[in-house]
Amino acid sequence: MKAIREWLDDRTGYRHLLYEALYENVPGGSRWRYVWGSTLVFTFAVQLITGMFLWMAYSPSSTNAWESVYYIQHEMLLGWMLRGIHHFTAQAMIVLLALHLMQVVIDGAYKAPREINFWLGLILLKIVLGLSLTGYLLPWDQKGYWATKVATNIAGITPVVGDQVQKLAVGGLDYGHHTLTRFFALHAGLLPALLVFFLVLHIYVFRRHGITAPDDEWQGQRDTTFWPDQVLKDGVACLAVLATVLFFVVWHGFNSGSGAELGAPADPAESYSAARPEWYFLFLFQFLKYFPGESEVIGAMVIPGAVVGFMFLMPFTGRWKLGHRFNVLFVFALLAGVGVLTCLAAKEDRANPEYVAAVKAADTNAERVKQLVELNGIGPEGAVHLLRRDAKTQGPKLFATHCGVCHRFDGHDGSGKVPTETATASDLGNFGTRDWIRAMITDPAGDKNFGATKHGSWNGEPLEDRFAGGAMAEWATENVKSGQMKKEEIDGVVEFLIGQAVAGGGRRDLDPPLFDAEATGKEFFASGSDNVTTSCYGCHEMKIDDELFKAGSDAIAAAPDLTGYASEKWLKEFIGNPGDKKFYGKRNAMPAFAGTLTDLELQMLVDWILHRWQEPQK
Amino acid sequence: MTEQTTKEAQTRDAIPRRSFTRRALAVVIGGVTGLVPALVGLASFLNPLRKSVQARQRPDGFDAEGFVKVTRLEALAGESPGRFQIIANRKDAWNTFPKEPIGAVYVQKVSDTELRVFNVECPHAGCSVDYKADKRGFLCPCHNSLFAQTGKRSETSPSPRDLDSLEYKIQDGDVWVKFEKFKAGVKEKHAT
Repeated sequence: MKAIREWLDDRTGYRHLLYEALYENVPGGSRWRYVWGSTLVFTFAVQLITGMFLWMAYSPSSTNAWESVYYIQHEMLLGWMLRGIHHFTAQAMIVLLALHLMQVVIDGAYKAPREINFWLGLILLKIVLGLSLTGYLLPWDQKGYWATKVATNIAGITPVVGDQVQKLAVGGLDYGHHTLTRFFALHAGLLPALLVFFLVLHIYVFRRHGITAPDDEWQGQRDTTFWPDQVLKDGVACLAVLATVLFFVVWHGFNSGSGAELGAPADPAESYSAARPEWYFLFLFQFLKYFPGESEVIGAMVIPGAVVGFMFLMPFTGRWKLGHRFNVLFVFALLAGVGVLTCLAAKEDRANPEYVAAVKAADTNAERVKQLVELNGIGPEGAVHLLRRDAKTQGPKLFATHCGVCHRFDGHDGSGKVPTETATASDLGNFGTRDWIRAMITDPAGDKNFGATKHGSWNGEPLEDRFAGGAMAEWATENVKSGQMKKEEIDGVVEFLIGQAVAGGGRRDLDPPLFDAEATGKEFFASGSDNVTTSCYGCHEMKIDDELFKAGSDAIAAAPDLTGYASEKWLKEFIGNPGDKKFYGKRNAMPAFAGTLTDLELQMLVDWILHRWQEPQK
Repeated sequence: MTEQTTKEAQTRDAIPRRSFTRRALAVVIGGVTGLVPALVGLASFLNPLRKSVQARQRPDGFDAEGFVKVTRLEALAGESPGRFQIIANRKDAWNTFPKEPIGAVYVQKVSDTELRVFNVECPHAGCSVDYKADKRGFLCPCHNSLFAQTGKRSETSPSPRDLDSLEYKIQDGDVWVKFEKFKAGVKEKHAT
């Protein structure tokens, strides 16, 4: 064994190298306060290792990036943990960088002859921030996408070259495949290579000058060597960092079933009000709020540039005793400023109901897309299409945009917001259910039904009593409110119409009609009874068992054909063209949506109103 | 020994013996901190070896017995075998590609009830073999393995076994094939 070591040492000189690495003199003995640099090297090594393994499963393209990260997270063995460690170690690095910087400035380790090493450290700091920024985009989820859009747009306002810088970063006019390939090459190739290069220089220069021991405190204490005393302290510190990271990973995994957050897939068409940078960039985000209009460049570049520029000059200002004190104060003030801005940003967001709602919606979408992937798998066009074609996700938005102007849905506009304006059409929250039909018979002029139309107008004409005091309302006053129509008859018509909805198809949400009551209802619908003025088909047309019941000759006014009422098909036709003569004809006061909505949109809207969407099987 | 190495050795030896525990601790703690991320990464790297993962990567869209419709019997006229694509739902890590070619077969009619069906992949190294009418056989373009119409390899072929024949059935004039792939380069026919 000894002979082999001799042979190897003779050829390589490894003993000297080991000696240089391990037996550096530590003046005044090993200290806990010297561990920061080592923990940073350690976290970088963790990022290299985990990053390399993530690389083996990651695919940088706009149809595959999110999907491959999803695969790492949910399908690969310990993939969630791998991703979690990479995610949280990145954040640990930022914290450790701040601590390392403070340590260096407080101890005056930036002063001559260590100026160059201080500058190398500042360069390393910028590289690490660059790694964070580029890494944030790679999962190609809504959060990363919109945050990066903001970051690259800010780069775009750089005087003179901004436009070019932005196009080069984005890899073209818009965000897509080449944004990912470029960011990935920066994140996994160029920036780590630069970091290794500057780190080697940093450590070399550090070793050249040795540890900065404040002589007043350290006076008279025994010197030691790096190995094993300081190595042990460094090791314990690294273990503490690792334990902290693992704690966050497991904690996050326990809370959300994943080691690191993965939002819904990036969708340029889907605005994302919850877009925020990673927490350690929040101060910059907040800072920009104070620079109105054209002055943004001052907040985004001039001031941060001046701050970093001053830090580069600190070795010179630190030559004077007061200068050093000023530098220490400056770094503390800077970190305090960053802290205050970060808190302000968080506080403003917490107090902003729209932001809170956006975060909640983002979580809902992230959870929903996971369900959809589990139910359907991911097709060649990528996971974003799962959400784009999902009635549960798109329905509320379509309703809010197209229907919520007049109608309500359980009192809100479909998306959950309660409009301040009064509704001018019915509340469709329970459309086509037993409650809905019953209300239409017993109280058609109620506020949640035709009553709301009193406040509306059509083609500039107020609707007033067109529906609120229309034939149905009159019929109900004469026959139902007066108590003429019997309870069995009402129940019967309800069940009969439910039968129409169920038979018409697409209503999984309804229990099938009660048989006897349905028969009663059918009889009443066609013939009425002695105690009512006219039967339903006096106005409403219907095909029963292939026999067409023409609206009676004494029809008061056009009323909708109730064949297959409130079924998927009926509702689609109705929304498509409510003014058709089989619906409201000339009395109609609702826009036809056949040309406004695409077939897919109409289908999703109808599916949503009828509660038809995919749910995971229990 | 040079003066420098002597000095280095002296420094090394000057470290007190009682620091053994500290040395051991430093090694153990350092080892653990480095191993944790590496082992987690290694676990994910080994993912493709899991049986459950392999099962989910298999194509689907076959009938209950694993057969897929390839062609009509009457399309198999002529001397030479025909080459047909196998269409199924291809699984690729996170993606499912519905109804895509996942491979190809040669089908030759011997009689109305008897066919010859081969996977086009050469059992030697997996290249796709070509049918050569002049040789009345299949030639692999990579290492020149030659197979007769019956699938039998010529004695000089590098291929360790004959072409991989596949199960088939004929139903209502349709030809169905049980498409399988086999491990290349070995004498025995192992489905992968």
